[in-house]
Amino acid sequence: MSDRIFGGIGLALAILFAWQAATIQESFLSDIVGPKVFPWIIAAVMALASVYFLIKPDPAPDWPRAGRLAEIAVAAIVMLLYAQLLPELGFVIATALAAGYLTWRLGSRPVASAVIGIGTSLGIYVVFRLLLGLSLARGPLGF
Amino acid sequence: METLGNLADGFAVALTWQNMALALMGCFLGTIMGALPGLGPSNGVAILIPLAFTLGLGPTPSLILLTSVYYGAMYGGRISSILLNIPGDEPAMMTCLDGYPMAQQGRAGEALALSGVASFVGAFFATWGLVLLAPQLVKVALLFGPAEYFALFALAFATLGGISSTNQAKAAFAAALGLGLAMIGVDTQTGVPRFTFGEVHLYDGIDFLVAIVGLFALSEVFVFLEHRGTDRDISTKPHVEIGSIVPSWKLLGHCTPTMLRTTVLGFVAGVLPGAGASLGSFISYSMEKRLVDRKGLTFGKGDPRGVAAPEAGNNAAAGGALVPMLALGVPGSGTTAVLLAVLLSLNITPGPLLFTQNPDVVWGLIAALFIGNFMLLAMNIPMVGLFTRVLLVPPRILMPIVAMVSFVGIYGISGSSFDLMVMVGFGLMGWVLRKLDVPLVPVILGTLLGNEMEVNLRRAVNISDGDYTVLVSSWLTIGLWTIAVVGFLAPVLFGGLIRRRMRMARDEEGSLSD
Repeated sequence: MSDRIFGGIGLALAILFAWQAATIQESFLSDIVGPKVFPWIIAAVMALASVYFLIKPDPAPDWPRAGRLAEIAVAAIVMLLYAQLLPELGFVIATALAAGYLTWRLGSRPVASAVIGIGTSLGIYVVFRLLLGLSLARGPLGF
Repeated sequence: METLGNLADGFAVALTWQNMALALMGCFLGTIMGALPGLGPSNGVAILIPLAFTLGLGPTPSLILLTSVYYGAMYGGRISSILLNIPGDEPAMMTCLDGYPMAQQGRAGEALALSGVASFVGAFFATWGLVLLAPQLVKVALLFGPAEYFALFALAFATLGGISSTNQAKAAFAAALGLGLAMIGVDTQTGVPRFTFGEVHLYDGIDFLVAIVGLFALSEVFVFLEHRGTDRDISTKPHVEIGSIVPSWKLLGHCTPTMLRTTVLGFVAGVLPGAGASLGSFISYSMEKRLVDRKGLTFGKGDPRGVAAPEAGNNAAAGGALVPMLALGVPGSGTTAVLLAVLLSLNITPGPLLFTQNPDVVWGLIAALFIGNFMLLAMNIPMVGLFTRVLLVPPRILMPIVAMVSFVGIYGISGSSFDLMVMVGFGLMGWVLRKLDVPLVPVILGTLLGNEMEVNLRRAVNISDGDYTVLVSSWLTIGLWTIAVVGFLAPVLFGGLIRRRMRMARDEEGSLSD
């Protein structure tokens, strides 16, 4: 069943891709082939593969239970928030929070998570900023 | 003789303090990454690429660092295979079969030492193979025009799903997805934006480094979140005593023919497009089993030859896989695809011209590989105890570090939150694709080669004034297309068999992570 859904999404994606390719504004300087042909070839391959999934799906994988799916979704949201807040909070604070959250969800106890989060953040800061001189995001506090 | 002269020049390039230090660091980091389950050669190299950039290293030093990581990871993968019965990376899967039984018999030290030597033999002779074969392949590649290149790229995608993919349609889908992603951005030839949906951030296209790190490294974090607390969680595994780590000469002598045979096999498997190190170790193990243990009496029960065979095989394949990557610019495996990304981001076009325009890069790299091999041998026999300690770092601490270092690396290159969000998107996509058994390597290869492939198509057809038959006009193109078609169809006919056997080997050993 998973493969059928996947095939449906893939087919939709291929059609969207082909349609988007058709709307590309060609410039008057275009070469003979133009910017649309190769995307159409790609869309065709993608559509053929998707149709194959619809006709002959593989057995479905073991999807995790809803709780675990939510776990992954929340982790992704935390990472997105991290990306947004990195320039606001500065590297050290944002990283400590994100690393602490991840290690907590991977099985560390709450207090240990805080320690690991701060340790990870400071460790990366020392190695990458102080030793290797990489530019990390600077927050209002300067680190 | 010209080759030997080039190699000597290469040693002159490689033997600087900076390059030696980078090789040593790469070997060390690589061994650790290989040893840690969850960090394989491809994601290990992927998270270090941004680092190599932001350090401002030149092309040769960057490549030396990253290929040392690659070789190191190939050595390191065996450590957790032997001690924990969990391969540190995919190519080390077969080493579990005899390595772990040896460890259970109290011969873990011996198995580690023997596999270290086998890795050395495989990698050392494969590097010689690279020296001898790559310049020959370059001579052929110099005959290639745009039509031939287009066919060659098609061949790479057709064979990449290869024998180890379950479903060729999924490999084709993955390739189309990657190629499609590469199309995003301003068209290089006419200057019109494509698939950008008016988003200014997308005009430059999607940086393939963002895609690679997201697909490989972040998706691994999600996989660990999914499996926390289940039997695939390694923190619950008992620890094995190591014992003596000195291999006896008798044992080495006993395994020498095995190592030499499997080195050749592994190298060939590595050179072939789409095969890579995992298949190299698999073929080596099965052929050796068939050759010396017909009745199945000792293999799988702790036969030292069953440890030597896959290790020599996968390390030789790792060297072999560098041949098409350097000589043709077409990688045959996941990690070499990542190494190709390094070259492309350094504005070096791999392929035949690399050998004529940047010989210092190629030969310096090869010389560094020779030196790195000796470093790895030294690290992996006397110092193996150090690396086994690394295995005690539980994933709950390791995986957040992997995620954070990935973010740091990408942010260090672009300084943009948008790229980080795209990377998280790729991480999720990677997780879903892995669940659905869609291979990730064609996606990466598509994003890397997409633009180059389109340029060659357009160039070929433009030169012939719009005549598409130019794509199959020469014998060379016809040959390449034939191999591509055969390479795509052969696994459909025979691949199921090998795939099933690989699966069986895995299932017998219980819960192994990929």
